[in-house]
Amino acid sequence: MLKTFPKGGIHLDDNKLSAGQEIKRLPVPKVVYVPISQHIGIPAEIIVAVKDKVEIGQIIAKSGGYISSNIHSPVAGTVTKLDKIIDSSGYKQQCIVIRTDEKNIANFEEITYPLKKEIDLNPQEIIQRISDSGIVGLGGATFPSHVKLHLKEDEKIEYLLINGIECEPYLTSDHRLMLEKAEEILVGIDIILFALHINKAIIGIENNKKDAIELFKQLAVNKENIQVTALEVKYPQGGEKQLIKALLNREVPKNGLPKNVGAVVHNVGTVFAIYEAVQHNKPLIERVVTVTGKKLEHPSNFWVKIGTPISDLINEAGGIEEGVGKIINGGPMMGKALKNTEVPVTKGTSGILMISAEETSRKEVNNCLRCGECIEACPMGLEPFLLMNYAEKGLFESAVKEAVLTCVECGSCSYVCPSNRPLLEYIRYGKINAIKLEKAKK
Amino acid sequence: MTTAVLNSVLLLASLGLIAAVVLYAVSKKFYVYENPLIAEVEDLLPGANCAGCGLPGCKAFAEKLVNTEDIADLFCPVGGNEVMKLVSEKLGKVVAEKEPTIAVLRCQGSCDVRPKTSEFQGPKSCAISAMIYGGETDCQYGCLGYGDCVEVCKFDAMYVDKVSGMPVIISEKCTSCGACVSACPKGIIEMRPKNKRDLKIYVGCLNEDKGGIAKKACALACIGCSKCEEICPKGAVTMHNNLAYIDPVFCTLCRKCVDICPTHSIVETNFPPKKEKVAEKTEAKLTLEKSKIDA
Repeated sequence: MLKTFPKGGIHLDDNKLSAGQEIKRLPVPKVVYVPISQHIGIPAEIIVAVKDKVEIGQIIAKSGGYISSNIHSPVAGTVTKLDKIIDSSGYKQQCIVIRTDEKNIANFEEITYPLKKEIDLNPQEIIQRISDSGIVGLGGATFPSHVKLHLKEDEKIEYLLINGIECEPYLTSDHRLMLEKAEEILVGIDIILFALHINKAIIGIENNKKDAIELFKQLAVNKENIQVTALEVKYPQGGEKQLIKALLNREVPKNGLPKNVGAVVHNVGTVFAIYEAVQHNKPLIERVVTVTGKKLEHPSNFWVKIGTPISDLINEAGGIEEGVGKIINGGPMMGKALKNTEVPVTKGTSGILMISAEETSRKEVNNCLRCGECIEACPMGLEPFLLMNYAEKGLFESAVKEAVLTCVECGSCSYVCPSNRPLLEYIRYGKINAIKLEKAKK
Repeated sequence: MTTAVLNSVLLLASLGLIAAVVLYAVSKKFYVYENPLIAEVEDLLPGANCAGCGLPGCKAFAEKLVNTEDIADLFCPVGGNEVMKLVSEKLGKVVAEKEPTIAVLRCQGSCDVRPKTSEFQGPKSCAISAMIYGGETDCQYGCLGYGDCVEVCKFDAMYVDKVSGMPVIISEKCTSCGACVSACPKGIIEMRPKNKRDLKIYVGCLNEDKGGIAKKACALACIGCSKCEEICPKGAVTMHNNLAYIDPVFCTLCRKCVDICPTHSIVETNFPPKKEKVAEKTEAKLTLEKSKIDA
């Protein structure tokens, strides 16, 4: 019997079409659009001007506070504009537009770093390096990683949990990364363990990635501090709180953090980025993106420079297929439809998914049947139908009492609702207003 | 037979008497004194419970009026100066006098001038749509057209026009309670002074994009060309982020900016049709009228 989280959750069709595709390097784009807000927290502050020449990995926007992140130039070239363009948020955001220097060979060199196991830095330096390199959670939430590693004196951590779940259907970027960069990820785990002064790490992988589980079990066979655990396939296991419950059987308190139960969770993508930053001083300027869709010619995984327009990725994977209804940034459950294909890839882009109009179009919304399906599906034990009603009526204080702020926005409730009610949209709306309310109280 | 009737009558009568005594005693014991002025002031108020004053209903407003020493910063937008004057007489306190205002829609992006570039399939609500993205058109500042403002209007002063897809404000019914202003997630509705003939000039656009991009998104967008700022004799027009704003305090309704605006994004309402000479006359008259109001 495989472990999983006990409350709620749903079983989805995998549709991991690109699982067998090796990660290819996407050609360097002619122009990159780098948004200054690619992470949760304060947007970075631009420190370059138009016509400035920039090198690969040079800081172009500096972290705007503690919960913020540096942004580095993904290419060598010239800053041509500081413009506002639509990004994955659906709104125009400040971007730094850089034209790639076609003559600079640094842009086209493919650097393969040798595996380096010895850690030269001390824990303080490691956290500083992670912060300087602009590393954020690559699982999708884009929370600045150095904040998670920074512990106060009274905080005690026991376990480092590595999230190799990738519970979203279609997405395979973490899966491929685990297969291709397993040894680097293990070194990355050692680095984080060293920085946190602990010696227990658990890698959680869902059972639909048997090859990755095998590989990690093999590699970690002599490592006592790293344990590999296969988990039952269930959405949303990749959620931080669900993963902790599944692996450690501990419940993160309401409004609490994983720290409160002695755990720190990092995604495998983040661990790899930390490895590269600490061992090879490479800032976060590229990431793995899955481009997929049922009718797409070549569903693929790419190494993509941050700031590449997603049209480049789609063209490389065979172009926009016929009958596409939506192009989604992220997975089908938590991703967001994009307004156009000029939206740039950011640190949080884990996949680009094309879904046909039939599959994605909304069905007629009916009245709530009080069937309780949403309550059964909710992994946080909330009552989604009630939260939606509160949000719809503007009763945000009641919504706060019903713990709307603990919602992880996984969308399981909307998925199971037989009346096709837009539960998640309204709960999210309730959440935004509840946060405003809480802030006003303070 | 008679005793049975008599018994039940007596029993009920005594029960009623006991209940009456208990109720009387309780009502005396738990009597809450309320200033009778509150009820009297409440009667003066419009009774719409629209929350336009910032308090949850007319009763709460009446309480505040009676219980606060200085009521100069309290105002009922629906009743306006008339009602406030009555309140002042009743309470013997000084009240603020405000110029009457009316809601205007600062967006003209109807379906024919602002093409849709995407389709929103989610719940038909402006608040939800605004949370998800910039809207179906390429203008992220403009009206979304789902009518959240219409929903909150308690005076039936708004409706969504089916042809243009835009909300319409019925001037006669608008009480300037401000419910629509706070309901609009894009901040399109603005309260502007209302003069006797309801003449208004304002920029019907909020697009802060650069000229070309704005124009491409909407034919009636303000492109930030500053022509209105240059021509305005009173300095009422200011430019900020590629967008003009006409300050109603300084505007004399001369209509020079309306004529010069290359994209017709400046709106004039209720002006008589323009003829060269007539126009000049009305202008002079209007200026006169305006100065009277100001005085």
